[in-house]
This record gives sequence, C-alpha cells and structure tokens, in this order.
Amino acid sequence: MRIITELCDICGTCVSVCPADAIIVEEFQVSIDNARCIECGKCRQVCPARAIEGDVK
Amino acid sequence: MIKDRYDVVIIGAGPAGSVAGRFAAEKGASVLIMERDREAGIPVRCAEGVSVNGIKPFIEFDKKWVAATIDAACLHSPDGEKAFMYNNGKGLVLERRIFDTELCHLAVNAGAELLMKANATGLEYTGGKISGVHFRHQGENKTIKCSLVIGADGVESRVGRWAGMKTALNLDDLDTCVQYTVSGYKGEQNVCHFYFGLDVSPGGYIWIFPKSKGVANIGIGISGHLAEVKGPKEYLDEFMDKEYPEVQTNYIVYGGVPTAWGLEKYIDDNIMLVGDAARQVNPMTGGGIVQAMIAARLAGQVAAAAVEKGDFSYSFLKQYKKDWDVKLGSIQKTMYSMKEKFMRMDDGRFNKLVQICQNIPREEFSLKRLFMESMKGDPKLMAELARAFVVSKINLKKN
Repeated sequence: MRIITELCDICGTCVSVCPADAIIVEEFQVSIDNARCIECGKCRQVCPARAIEGDVK
Repeated sequence: MIKDRYDVVIIGAGPAGSVAGRFAAEKGASVLIMERDREAGIPVRCAEGVSVNGIKPFIEFDKKWVAATIDAACLHSPDGEKAFMYNNGKGLVLERRIFDTELCHLAVNAGAELLMKANATGLEYTGGKISGVHFRHQGENKTIKCSLVIGADGVESRVGRWAGMKTALNLDDLDTCVQYTVSGYKGEQNVCHFYFGLDVSPGGYIWIFPKSKGVANIGIGISGHLAEVKGPKEYLDEFMDKEYPEVQTNYIVYGGVPTAWGLEKYIDDNIMLVGDAARQVNPMTGGGIVQAMIAARLAGQVAAAAVEKGDFSYSFLKQYKKDWDVKLGSIQKTMYSMKEKFMRMDDGRFNKLVQICQNIPREEFSLKRLFMESMKGDPKLMAELARAFVVSKINLKKN
C-alpha cells in the first residue's frame, strides 16, 4: 500500500482501521510502513480522499 | 515555558482534551495539553451540529461560537418524500474553530498549560510503566515526563495503540466522510436536512447544516464496509449535481467517524483515552462532541483524584469507566444495536419511516409520539427504537 501524498488530507481515517499498526503519521504527512503492512486493503477502502493505492493480498 | 514534568499530559486539544484538562487542573493537578496543529479546532472535521442541552453543562452560551440556531430537521426518504421534525431552537450549528478555542481558554483559566504544534510520537516507559510522552516540536525530538497520559487524539487513536490497546475499528464500525462548506446555499437557515437511501448514502446519510446566510455544511458519511467500489466523495458529488448545482464549495474536508459502541479497553496503568479515541461517539448519529465532553469531565475528575492520591494504577483509574458506564454506557450499546439495524435497512423501510413521521401533526410532534407511531407502523423494526428512547430519557434526567 502506498499513500498518494498529493491527495492525502491527513485525516487519520486509515489509521483507525489498520489492524497492523503500519501507518505512520508525521507532522505533515502520512506514510505506510511496508514491513508491517499485511496488505489487507482496509485503509484503501475507507480512505475518503481515495489517497491510498496498492494491491490487496 | 513548559516544564519538564506534569502530573497529566493530554494529547489533543479538541473538546475531549480541553474539557479533561480543565477538570483535572481545576482540582489542582498540573496539566499540559499538547496539540499537533497550530490551533485548536482546525481543520474542522465536523458537521458542527449539537443540541443546546448537550453543551450547556460545559460552556456558558456565547453567540460568537454559534453559527445558526436550528428549529427543524427535514428527513428525506429515498422516494423523495419529506418529513419535518421540529425542535424549536434546541439545535445549534457551531463554529468549531471558535468553540474549541473557547474550551481551551477555559482549560487555561483552570490552570492547564498548552503546547501547540507539538506532535506526539510515542510513550516513554520506565520500569515497564508509562512515564512520559515523546513528541516533535519545532523540529526537535523531545520528551516530557508525567504520571498520567490522557489520549484525546481523535479517531486515529494512536496513543491507545502505543499503550497496546486494540483501537482498530471494523469496517462497518466506521463511517468514511466528506464535507463541503458551501456558499450560495438557498435553503432556510434554521432547518437542517438528512437524506437517506442506498443510492444516496449507503449505511449512513447526507447532512446539511446551515451556518449563516448562504453558507452550509453539506456532508456525507457512508459505512466503511460499503465503500469499496464507490467512495463518499463520488456519492456526495452526484447528490450535489442533482440537488444543489448552484452552490460553490469553499472548504472541503475528509474524515472518519467511529460508529462502534465503544472500546473494550481504554484505561490502563498511567493512561486513559477520551472522546473519538475511546470511540465515545453516538454510533447511530455519529455525533461525538457532547459524548466527548461528558467523558472528558469524568476522566478529568478521576485524573485529579489520582493525582491527589498518588495512585495512577488501572484499579484506581477504572472509576472513570464505571462513571461512564453509568452515565452513557447503556445508551451507547442500545444506539449501537439501532445502528446495526439502520445500516442494513433497505430503501422501502426508509420510505416507510419517513411516511410515519409525515403523519404526525406538527403541534403533536414529539419524539415520544414518533416512536409510538413508528411502533404501530412497523413493530418489529421500531421496538428497539422505543427502548432506546426510554433508556436515553432516563439517563438524560440523571445527567
């Protein structure tokens, strides 16, 4: 999974559903730790800004 | 200047954080409230609707944070029928930016300190116990010591995760939302609107809260489990093109609303969560401001008592959970079971519900009457609604 920074509103919705604690929120951007990500796609599905892309396992 | 150590560090300066800070500081605890953004209340990820009675216990009424007074709600069924519910000025649309700042002032007046643009990055542990908060501030990594951390960090609830709490929401316990604040809105300024239907807003609803002349918050929340193919923005844009093609959007914001009943564990040694972070949101309506403030007052009072006693163990702090369960815990669970029903209702049922509302004469309209009528029309669906209504009435009286 990958965050499209241009589209991201830093709203935290993705963080609230991530079962793997793989989403990192920094001061001005959100990113995904691919070492932790289990590619479940929940973040992509709920992102209201449609700012997450990537294949689901 | 901020100190090296506080009794209580609160992460997040929204209504939950400020109210918790106020009630803790008022009883003598040293309190620091840390906020990631440059000011409290922004960005406004909120429809801004509240009831007058809900906020009354927490802040003296001041028209500077009131955008509009609401006299009626109009429900729109999927088949295009309308029904009005009148509340005669008991609803308010807030200016959250000003409201949240006022709540901060009240916390400061009670003795709390504030630190803006401070992004919490983790918890410090000493001997296996939480002993402080790591954060970034002005380009530097810093740590501040404390006896108690209060996580008021909103829907993302990272503080809870750091403490090992299971805060991840199921997809059907989260509404994914978009809101436009628009200019050129021609609707009445004292009427809010709610639109239902599977093609309009699956598992949720579209809302309109008027703010001032020509300005309104128009937003949508759809259930996360129904958002795979089409997201909330696509639904809202279709709605806008059809119903409000004349308006112009001047503010757009995205966000998530927890619609869970609560959280199994939100208290542990040296830590408590409040507000959205603890999923203290009405799962039926998605409203969370009043819930957050009620919980925060309880948490702040328990925090102050913990400081006085020097006991920050789970067994002491759990008084907060006991108090919450008495105040709103049972309502939350009833509202949750209602939400589970509503979220899966088909359009025919929504049509019927609006029809029932239409048949109640205005002068006889009361929520009680609505529930009575609803039960006649559709006993199975509405029995639970009635139960919820009775329970919430009883609890409001206690409040």
